[in-house]
Amino acid sequence: MTSLAITTLLPLVAGAVALLLPGKSPRLLRWYGIAVALVTFAQSLCVLAAFEPGQAGFQMEVNWAWVPALGIRFHLGVDGISLWLLMLTTLMMVVTLLSPQATGFVRDRNRGFVAAMLMLESGMIGAFLALDLFAFYVFWELMLVPMYFIIGIWGGERRVYAAIKFMIFTLVGSLLMLAAILFMAVAVHGLVGGWTFDYATWSRLMLPEGTQLLCFGAFALSFLIKVPLFPLHTWLPDAHVEAPTGGSVILAAVLLKLGAYGFLRFALPFFPLAAHQTAPLVAWLAVAGIVYGALMAYAQDDIKKLVAYSSVSHLGFVVLGILTFTAAGVQGGMYQMLAHGISTGGLFLAVGILYERRHTRKLTDFGGLWARTPVFAACFLVIVLASAGLPGLCGFVGEFLVLIGTFNAGKAWREAGMAPAFAHPALMAAISATAVILAAVYLLTMFQKVMLGPLDKPENRDEHVRDLSWTERIVFGIVVVFALGMGLMPGPILSRSEASVDALLENYRGRLAEARGKPEAPARMTAPGGAGRPADMRPTWRGPRGGME
Amino acid sequence: MLSHLYMIPLLPLLGAAYLILAGRRHSRSVVQAIAILTVFASCVISLDAFFFGLPPVVHAGGISELVYAWFSGGSVNVDLSLRMDALSGLMCLVVTFIGTLIHVYSVGYMAHDEDYARFFAYLNLFCGAMLILVLGDSLPVAFIGWEGVGLASYLLIGFWYKEQANASAGKKAFIVNRIGDFGFLIGMFLLFRATGTLDIPAILGSAHPGSGLAAPLWLGQPVAFWAGVFLFLGAAGKSAQIPLYVWLPDAMAGPTPVSALIHAATMVTAGVYLVARMSAIYMLAPAALAIVAVVGAFTALFAALIGFAQNDFKKVLAYSTVSQLGFMFVGVGTGNFAGGIFHLFTHAFFKAGLFLCAGSVMHAMSGSGDITKMGGLAKRLPWTTRVFQICWLAICGVPIFSGFFSKDAILDGAFATEVYGHGLGWVGPLVGAILLVAALGTAFYMSRLYFLVFSGACRADEQTQHHIHESPISMVFPLVVLAAGALLAGFAGIPPAIRALFGKHGESTLAVWLAPAVGAPLEVAHRSEWMTMGFSTVIALAGIGLGYLFFGGGYRAPAHAFARKVPRLVSLVRDKFRIDELYGAIIVRPLQILCRYLFLIVDRVLIDKILIGGWAFAADLGGRICRFLQAGDVQRYLAAFVIGLAVLVWFAARPAAPQEVQVAVEGHVARVTLVDPEAASGNLKYSFDFDGDGTPDREGTSPTALWLYGGPARYTVDITIEDIRWHTRRTLKREIEVGP
Repeated sequence: MTSLAITTLLPLVAGAVALLLPGKSPRLLRWYGIAVALVTFAQSLCVLAAFEPGQAGFQMEVNWAWVPALGIRFHLGVDGISLWLLMLTTLMMVVTLLSPQATGFVRDRNRGFVAAMLMLESGMIGAFLALDLFAFYVFWELMLVPMYFIIGIWGGERRVYAAIKFMIFTLVGSLLMLAAILFMAVAVHGLVGGWTFDYATWSRLMLPEGTQLLCFGAFALSFLIKVPLFPLHTWLPDAHVEAPTGGSVILAAVLLKLGAYGFLRFALPFFPLAAHQTAPLVAWLAVAGIVYGALMAYAQDDIKKLVAYSSVSHLGFVVLGILTFTAAGVQGGMYQMLAHGISTGGLFLAVGILYERRHTRKLTDFGGLWARTPVFAACFLVIVLASAGLPGLCGFVGEFLVLIGTFNAGKAWREAGMAPAFAHPALMAAISATAVILAAVYLLTMFQKVMLGPLDKPENRDEHVRDLSWTERIVFGIVVVFALGMGLMPGPILSRSEASVDALLENYRGRLAEARGKPEAPARMTAPGGAGRPADMRPTWRGPRGGME
Repeated sequence: MLSHLYMIPLLPLLGAAYLILAGRRHSRSVVQAIAILTVFASCVISLDAFFFGLPPVVHAGGISELVYAWFSGGSVNVDLSLRMDALSGLMCLVVTFIGTLIHVYSVGYMAHDEDYARFFAYLNLFCGAMLILVLGDSLPVAFIGWEGVGLASYLLIGFWYKEQANASAGKKAFIVNRIGDFGFLIGMFLLFRATGTLDIPAILGSAHPGSGLAAPLWLGQPVAFWAGVFLFLGAAGKSAQIPLYVWLPDAMAGPTPVSALIHAATMVTAGVYLVARMSAIYMLAPAALAIVAVVGAFTALFAALIGFAQNDFKKVLAYSTVSQLGFMFVGVGTGNFAGGIFHLFTHAFFKAGLFLCAGSVMHAMSGSGDITKMGGLAKRLPWTTRVFQICWLAICGVPIFSGFFSKDAILDGAFATEVYGHGLGWVGPLVGAILLVAALGTAFYMSRLYFLVFSGACRADEQTQHHIHESPISMVFPLVVLAAGALLAGFAGIPPAIRALFGKHGESTLAVWLAPAVGAPLEVAHRSEWMTMGFSTVIALAGIGLGYLFFGGGYRAPAHAFARKVPRLVSLVRDKFRIDELYGAIIVRPLQILCRYLFLIVDRVLIDKILIGGWAFAADLGGRICRFLQAGDVQRYLAAFVIGLAVLVWFAARPAAPQEVQVAVEGHVARVTLVDPEAASGNLKYSFDFDGDGTPDREGTSPTALWLYGGPARYTVDITIEDIRWHTRRTLKREIEVGP
């Protein structure tokens, strides 16, 4: 089946075609973009329909030779985890391109914008589906470039600063990851006697502990910058504030998830020993980010910055959930990614509306808008509450599963032999749960400052401050329906990812036990950092059939 | 049975959804019909299930219904299931019955409001959420309702959102409730950890000594204690107990029907319901029960005190609600769950009645609630006055009115309780005594309210007086029904001592109903029951008498004299002991400052400037140096050239390394020979330090040296070759092994 390849490459090709379209007609370009996004979305719906729930492994794999000399293959596949991130990507791209505010204020250069967005979509989909590390890296970098231009060209006043900051932060991580990928490729070559970048092969490899720590460091840094994890988050508020609405929505809804996804998909299976050793530290950083992001959000008077910091807080839950190594936590983290995509994507869309109507993002410039824009206010409220994790809306399920998973992770951690003195998951959960309070504080303060109170500022009474148009109603309708639907009916989503999450954790635990249980062995792989380490962490190669059950 | 349980919350929710989406397109009569009928239908279904179901809830242990599996992750399974037993059924009846009445009342009260549909939509949303809360059979499902009523409360307090104060009050309510919700969450997690399930019946079923719930967790207390304490934090938030009561008085910013339904009769009692629902957990941890009782008792007294000096009609009632909720918590906190729920039941009638009277009075007084400007309304508002009198006597605890029986049930339970066991036995009598004082206070401030509003001469200005009128029938009808409830609801719980007079034995009807859900009530000797009844009657009458003494027919001499004597005390009480200001100073402001400075210091300076900026600075510095050297300036190039040349020359002028270093040992004599063609030139000076003391032992132009060592060992010889023309040197080291 090639539907995955079509889903992945269609936007890229369509993006290139967009550059050939006449630039004079913004309407044509806009509808072209929407049409492509819709077709891609339909294509991903086909993937969803063809997906067999209950299967843990990858489905609908596409496996083409790409650079045979180096064993590089164009290898895509979807499992229960990437399936929903694929759906989120294609859905949010439709929503974003449909939104009239997507390009911000730059009304010309539509051609470039549509092309950049579509290429970005390809990059994101490819990164979610890639099962070849080289292909993954290519897609990973492919999304960086369009985003850089989206921020740098269609952004606000300090767009160049923000775009460069975004680029440098991300590049630092991804170049380290590239180095680690190359290093691993060489190591794999030494073990299997041939070049391969195959995900399944790599995730069956047990490198020495020191090597794992080094490579894990590089991978994790790259992914955690993307998430972003405290204290690597400072690029995010700047990027968000300066990016045009469309860029912000995609950045928050999809791009950040790639960090968490990469962590779950690559960093854990490749380097179980290292992940296991550093988990308490990273988990504490996630907890710090959850609380810190919430506190920072409360300190902002720029509404877009507030939403950006709320992302830092919400994505801390994702990382925390993954690091519980429990099914509840990982499922919760996965769900939180989707829910955050809907709610924070919606919040940025709402900020886009506000900015377009009022040409300001300062909280103190608003007030009493409910009276002018009741429909918008209602949608905004639903999204705000979804973001605050109100049960019955999408934000609750993920947060709840992460918190309860973390609270009860103590047993799982101890069984895995992971109990340094400061690893206290119940305490982590309790501290993180204070974000429930803080989210209400900053989100409701924001809502009040924008929507409630007297309509006392003349600019807010201006006729430009109008309620949602029909297109905008469709955009917000989609977001609200998903916020409600995902809150009330998470079952269909969680049940399709369950098998994959279980298999991933099973594999992780199995490999960990295997690495520890191995008696001292004479063979030792001499790799930098690996020399002089305990010999029981020797590399193992168990043939293509072992290790994945 | 007419239909399924899920219809009970679903109908009001559907009504709410429809009114939000399409309410503005319909006329007022359609809107009110949808709103009232959906809640009324829920009421009918609840009644049907409660009394006539197959089997009727009231006789059977209860019925439950799985709607669908909500979500699951790993071992966490949450089913959206509902359950009606006597406890939740009773709550359903209270919510839907009083909800229906208040919907009817709102038709008149909100008649002139432009956002008619929005109001009824929120009111329906509230009813639906509240019904989910009480019917939820799994803690997370109850939590949907728990937060849902918080949302409805937020929306309705800030219903007139154009006033900043109303919006702020709504926000405050939501945030303070969220602090409680934090406790609810942690409590849930603890219970899950101990029992592995979130289903309420399963949790309660595993609550027995010897189970995981009784295992010690922290500070020597069992899991059940900590779960109970954290759940009570949630309850204290929702039910406005110390220290989280501060939102409720502010919540009076909402329309009066809202205050009656949400902030008096139903939502605020959810905390009491939660404690009663989880009774089996609390029975495992008497210390947690003691905390509930003590907090309840102090709240009852403290709020009653504040009620003495409030001048806003609804504020007096708000503090009265806080105080009465304290009574209920003493009830459940002394293990007398049926007593606490009984008071919840009667309170719903008389307090809703009081609030609706307040609405009726404010409606008549052109919207003002200032009781210092009222008086003499008895003549102008006959229906309202009658209803208020009944509810007033009920809350004061005058015999035969409902409040008398329920307050008595709590006092009886408090004095006779045995749940605490050793060490905590003093808690029961203590909270009982505090409640007696609080009951005196209640009778006093309610009488003050009654006399200042309804007796004497009117203190309002001419224009307001002119407009005073009795409310329309849609408002009076619910008042009368509630008054009937305030009068009669107590008969559901007539204590055994009185029942004995009529030849009946055993517990009251209500206690029998509730027994399967919360356990059998405590047997109290008839003699002590009579004693409590006598005591509380005296106290109620004394409070009313005191109230008359101070305020009968308006402000009287003793009231003025008291205010003159201790003006500071009076103003302190009027300012609610300035607790809001205290919270502002120790929580809100510090949080704001913390956020602001964390942002400036950590994000801006520490991370951006130092951590990130440090790297940027290093890169920049490197760039600057390179740029400086390559600026196209010939002098700089020349200088670089000269420096570079000097370095090169220096390196070039170093003596070349010898081709070989030969070491020969014979006995204890070591001979070191450097094979160096340059030695012949005479430009090089060789020095050998054989013993490692830093000074050369052999020096000269000869590349060979001999040394006699003292004994067998490993030695190091340092060799220096110096070019005497340039004074450049090269050093070498060699090891010498001297054998035995």
